[in-house]
Amino acid sequence: MTEILFYSFAFIAIISAFFILFTNNVLHAALALIITFLGVTALYVFAHAEFLAVTQIMIYVGGIVVLIIFGVMLTNKAGTSHYKTGSTHRFMGAVVAIGAMSMLIYGILKINFKAIERVGQGGIEELGVGLMTGYVLPFELAAILLLVALIGAAVIAGQDLKNTENK
Amino acid sequence: MIPIEHYYLVSAVLFAIGLAIVITRRNAVLVLMGIELMLNAANINFIAISQHAGVPGQFFALFVIVIAAAEVAVALAIIIRVYRHFKTINLDEVNEIKD
Repeated sequence: MTEILFYSFAFIAIISAFFILFTNNVLHAALALIITFLGVTALYVFAHAEFLAVTQIMIYVGGIVVLIIFGVMLTNKAGTSHYKTGSTHRFMGAVVAIGAMSMLIYGILKINFKAIERVGQGGIEELGVGLMTGYVLPFELAAILLLVALIGAAVIAGQDLKNTENK
Repeated sequence: MIPIEHYYLVSAVLFAIGLAIVITRRNAVLVLMGIELMLNAANINFIAISQHAGVPGQFFALFVIVIAAAEVAVALAIIIRVYRHFKTINLDEVNEIKD
């Protein structure tokens, strides 16, 4: 039963990723991206990473996709383009992507997964304690990075105050 | 129990699709979606290995998610700025640095 669910969620994720690749409508692509992220989230749950699954839904589906949809709407002239877009370099893209995929799959099939020593799966307690002890430096750096990115995004996208005052 | 190889294979396929999106699509927002897809595919590997090798994989995945959130905010700010200047976000037409 678990296997069937795992493969159907993986299938859903891959199919909607292909939909992003082939659709001509940017908004449809953004919605397919939500399905892909939810499918990947299901894979996280099967790997016993429930906290990461909830984080993925909250940040990717709740934050990043909403931001992307805002971006789509802010960069289309109302009523003229209908969110259409095309694609180029199809042959080279297919060659590079299939080449990268076959290289990755070749490497994966060479890995000896049985050599991994099992130390057990970490629960959410271990995650919380780790963030406050061994991983406190990257945790704080991530906080500073988010602040810098927030200020930077506001400065880059905000209206130029001096120019608007002069007009 | 699903073997780790299968997580890795799903991740490889998703990564290749993301790469194809970045190469073939010319809309800047779609290219950004491709990058997010590739970051997410890399995350699957970390999570899959963390169910055997312990909790560090989950920390890596957590920080990848944080970096992705910061990256998408800055990238969308740049895209909006580019749209204001060039009136398009077709990456083939955005080909000059100054006016």
